[in-house]
Amino acid sequence: MLDKLKKMIAEKFADAPSPEAIKQNIAEGQIWKSIFRHGYPDTPRNRVMAVLSNVFLHLHPVKARHSGVKMSYTWCMGGLSFFLFLNLTVTGILLMFYYRPTAEYAYYDIVALREHVPLGIMREIHRWGAHAMVIAVWLHMFRVFMTGSYKPPREFNWVIGVVLLVLTLLLSFTGYLLPWDQLAMWAITVGTNMARATPFMGYEGPGASMIQIGGVHLVHGGSDIHFALLGGHFVSEATLIRFYVLHCVFVPIVAATLMAVHFWRVRKDGGISGPL
Amino acid sequence: MHYILDAIDFVLQPWSYFIFSVIGFWAMIKYREKWTEPDFAVKILWVSIGFIIFSMVYSTHFRDIATLPDNVPIFLMVYGVGFFTWLSFRQAVVNDRRIAQGQPPVEKETSDKKVYVWPDLVYIEFIATIIGGVVLLIWSLCLHAPLEEAATPAWTPNPSKAPWYFLGLQEMLVYYDPWLAGVVFPTLIIIGLMAIPYIDKNPKGSGYYTFNERPFAIVPFLFGFFILWVTLIFLGTFMRGPGWNFFGPYENWDPHKVVVLNNVNLSEYVWVRILGIGLPTNWFLREIWGFLVIGFYLIGLPPLLTKKVPVLQELLEKLGVVRYGVLMFLMLLMAALPIKMVLRWVFNLKYIVGIPEFFFNI
Repeated sequence: MLDKLKKMIAEKFADAPSPEAIKQNIAEGQIWKSIFRHGYPDTPRNRVMAVLSNVFLHLHPVKARHSGVKMSYTWCMGGLSFFLFLNLTVTGILLMFYYRPTAEYAYYDIVALREHVPLGIMREIHRWGAHAMVIAVWLHMFRVFMTGSYKPPREFNWVIGVVLLVLTLLLSFTGYLLPWDQLAMWAITVGTNMARATPFMGYEGPGASMIQIGGVHLVHGGSDIHFALLGGHFVSEATLIRFYVLHCVFVPIVAATLMAVHFWRVRKDGGISGPL
Repeated sequence: MHYILDAIDFVLQPWSYFIFSVIGFWAMIKYREKWTEPDFAVKILWVSIGFIIFSMVYSTHFRDIATLPDNVPIFLMVYGVGFFTWLSFRQAVVNDRRIAQGQPPVEKETSDKKVYVWPDLVYIEFIATIIGGVVLLIWSLCLHAPLEEAATPAWTPNPSKAPWYFLGLQEMLVYYDPWLAGVVFPTLIIIGLMAIPYIDKNPKGSGYYTFNERPFAIVPFLFGFFILWVTLIFLGTFMRGPGWNFFGPYENWDPHKVVVLNNVNLSEYVWVRILGIGLPTNWFLREIWGFLVIGFYLIGLPPLLTKKVPVLQELLEKLGVVRYGVLMFLMLLMAALPIKMVLRWVFNLKYIVGIPEFFFNI
């Protein structure tokens, strides 16, 4: 019975093309060739083309120092930071589907996210990814320092890197408030209290009382930088929407822009560093 | 077993914790040839893991703190920093040996050879992405993100802590007022980090691991990173309890712990205790000693040090006045934190300059 079936199938498909032929057909068809404008990257020419003809891969140079691509040298931490940033962008967008940044709904949306969404680990991936990104960025900076990679001609890219480090911490800090639980509210309270003491700009800071016109103080509890940051005298719903917008729109856009500059400068400053 | 834990609690105080970490840092630099040997490093790893397991088993308090979801990343950070410190020092030690023998660093052997990014770099990135993704996924499956009760301004948790990566700054608040610890110092940390490439004119050590060719860059940077940042995060997480009081790592957080607050301002030390004539009413006169101390520290000390220390004189000639001045300023401000710590522990010093009238306390 089985033999009969096999024979039947064999007869039926006797003049069908082999898998190799199908592959060949696809790889030379119009659709494939319109997407990939080079052959399989196993020849020098095609390897060059693989990088040059792909918008994502062309962040890279075509060739790199052998010493510079080794993991013992780079620790892959810059790459992992970027990977985590992408991860956080994707999971963050998914979280935005469920989350409403108001004092009324924020906390219960997070509870719902945990209790009702099937296989809901998006918030976990987002939170642990954020912690991991902070660590990865520190370690990337540590590596760059230990290899002296900030030295000329890469000075300015180090400066951009420091700004990106600060933005990473700000992203993590602004996101910390969004679950709107006790942990969030009081961590942000502690973290933003210092703003009141900003010299000249916070009403409990030195020099603020000097800024006055005709005896009227311009910097007071309702006009200082702490108030501007929180949108009120203490962490409240106004703070939540402020941090939400900073976290989801403003800081990511600035960070992404600076990342583009950072990566571009790596190329322009001579690629991954190496001994001269 | 609890005798060991009690002994550790007894020995660990803010000052002894700081001294131990500085000794550890000194030993790390000094004996780098020894501990970077893989066999020795593995022993350190096992001892540390054994110690943490021991702590977790015998102290429920430590276990409770260590297993708070948001504290778990701290272990990732500590072990990550530890491993990569080893990796960088290991390569630096190997390179330094080679350089001493007149050979180029290891990186030089392959740095002239160029490889195709596809596949030689792309596959590394690909695998790193997969491993990173899998680790993140497992971590997320195993550990819930924390969620406490809904936020309410009516109930302040004690202790209230900033997110763990800011605990170094929060610890600074013990010693300096918020305008310094929360605003000026963080700003200077950022500016100081940005200034590094413009201050460090040493052309050596670019593009490979080395210690001997640039100790004056590595030691201050790592002192800041390890002693004033990472260890303070650890302290802030495990040893600061209710009222931001200090507790041993295994000591229960007693919210009623009474701590003697007998800190005294410098003005009181001089006017009242030494001169015995009471505080002047004019704030400038009252704080004159503090202004003199700060003025001497920031303006008088750099030229004096430069004159007395030959190494600094060489540095001045190499860097030029502007770079050297900025470097000195940043280093003195970095040293200001440990100095104030020591003054607090030894003399109960509260403020060097204390003008609460203008919120100007140093």
